[in-house]
Amino acid sequence: AAPLAAKPSDYKVDETVTSKEDATSYNNFYEFGTDKTDPIRYSDDFKPQPWRVEVGGLVAKPTVFGIDDIMKDFPMEERVYRMRCVEAWSMVIPWIGFPLSALLDRVEPLGSAKYVAFETVVRPDEMPGQRGLFQPLRWPYVEGLRLDEARHPLAILATGLYGETLPNQNGAPLRLVVPWKYGFKGIKSIVRITLTEKEPPSTWNLSAPHEYGFYANVNPAVDHPRWSQATERRIGEGGGLFGGARRETLPFNGYADEVAGLYAGMDLAKYY
Amino acid sequence: MPALPARYRPLSVWALYAIGLTPGLWTFYLGVTADLGADPVRTFEHFLGLWALRFLCLTLLVTPVRDLFGINLISYRRALGLLAFWYVLAHFTVYLTLDRGMILTSIAGDLAKRPYIMLGMAGLVMLIPLALTSNRWSIRRLGPRWTTLHRLVYVIAAAGALHYALSLKSITAEPAFYIAAVGILLGYRLVRPTLMSRKRQRKAQFSARA
Repeated sequence: AAPLAAKPSDYKVDETVTSKEDATSYNNFYEFGTDKTDPIRYSDDFKPQPWRVEVGGLVAKPTVFGIDDIMKDFPMEERVYRMRCVEAWSMVIPWIGFPLSALLDRVEPLGSAKYVAFETVVRPDEMPGQRGLFQPLRWPYVEGLRLDEARHPLAILATGLYGETLPNQNGAPLRLVVPWKYGFKGIKSIVRITLTEKEPPSTWNLSAPHEYGFYANVNPAVDHPRWSQATERRIGEGGGLFGGARRETLPFNGYADEVAGLYAGMDLAKYY
Repeated sequence: MPALPARYRPLSVWALYAIGLTPGLWTFYLGVTADLGADPVRTFEHFLGLWALRFLCLTLLVTPVRDLFGINLISYRRALGLLAFWYVLAHFTVYLTLDRGMILTSIAGDLAKRPYIMLGMAGLVMLIPLALTSNRWSIRRLGPRWTTLHRLVYVIAAAGALHYALSLKSITAEPAFYIAAVGILLGYRLVRPTLMSRKRQRKAQFSARA
């Protein structure tokens, strides 16, 4: 990871930031293994440079962006967001990135475009989780957002954290961050973004549809079938075993004022 | 097969208890000194559960090892079973206190709604009578009923393996290994009567010829 400059932004939660060590060593990135420490241990061979992102589908100007162009063309901001994992733990992370809407504006979505689909790279040679006998998921990892969600100012494409470019285990060189949704929506190491008319598939929804919905908005009132989402454990709080007590999970991860309007009239227990 | 002289056996059983409890105590120490990674509660909880399953498998391994390889480890079986019990109890305690924070509504909700929690809890409940009757007095007192009672361990092992498998987001090599291990150990009990009667027949033929 190299130093990465960014201007401060108003999107900054006033809570203790998780240590960089925890945020970069406790990760879910199944392409490198299913254990939380696998991503930092087994991502050394991964090459995030050079990198190209194809943006196409229902757009007027399909474009292939090189990562260097992205770094140059889009002004980077620091956003300190809460991150709530579907597994009921959370962090506070200072991301560096730019609004996804800025990238979408460049390719000019057509009127027929309703959704945005994302795809992660497939490189079994560099990603040990993508080879071998027991592969936990189908590759490529895919995710999606409704176009209005994708255009919300809180939704960013991140290129860094803690003042540096993204380490491999956090989704280098480019990943999605949607702070009001569970962490698995934040697809990593993106190679393709496609505007579509129909709701695109998402990996965890394909894997276990009754456990993971397309929307995956953080919602304390809707349990995961196997655990409650009412509370969460803040990673790193208090240090050892007797550190932090569980804290209450907030609707939309505390971003309800900004985003609840996107879902007006929707039954969130049905569209979980 | 050379066996340990009888006078060392009690000592070796105590050594097994000491060795068996070491991973749990060491990990507890790491947890207290904030050396257990970013999510120490979950790490410790899962670690205890996994060791409980390991000791359950080892308990179930004693009979096949004696049948198939002629190695008799029966004097260690009680310790292995009790180690499994202590790890299950510790796993449950961590779940109750550090994980759920003694919030009883949350625990009751878990128990009512989630099959893998029910399975785990059922395993713990079934282990209690086995642990309580693991002493010599109970064996004498219960007679043949003791054997019948302790067959519960088969149900417990199946419940434990399922509890583990159903708690995961996806089945990878490690859980697959334990599910297979428990499957083989329980499956062996199904073929064992046939296997043993054949062995006895062969022995009878051999001694008749001699």
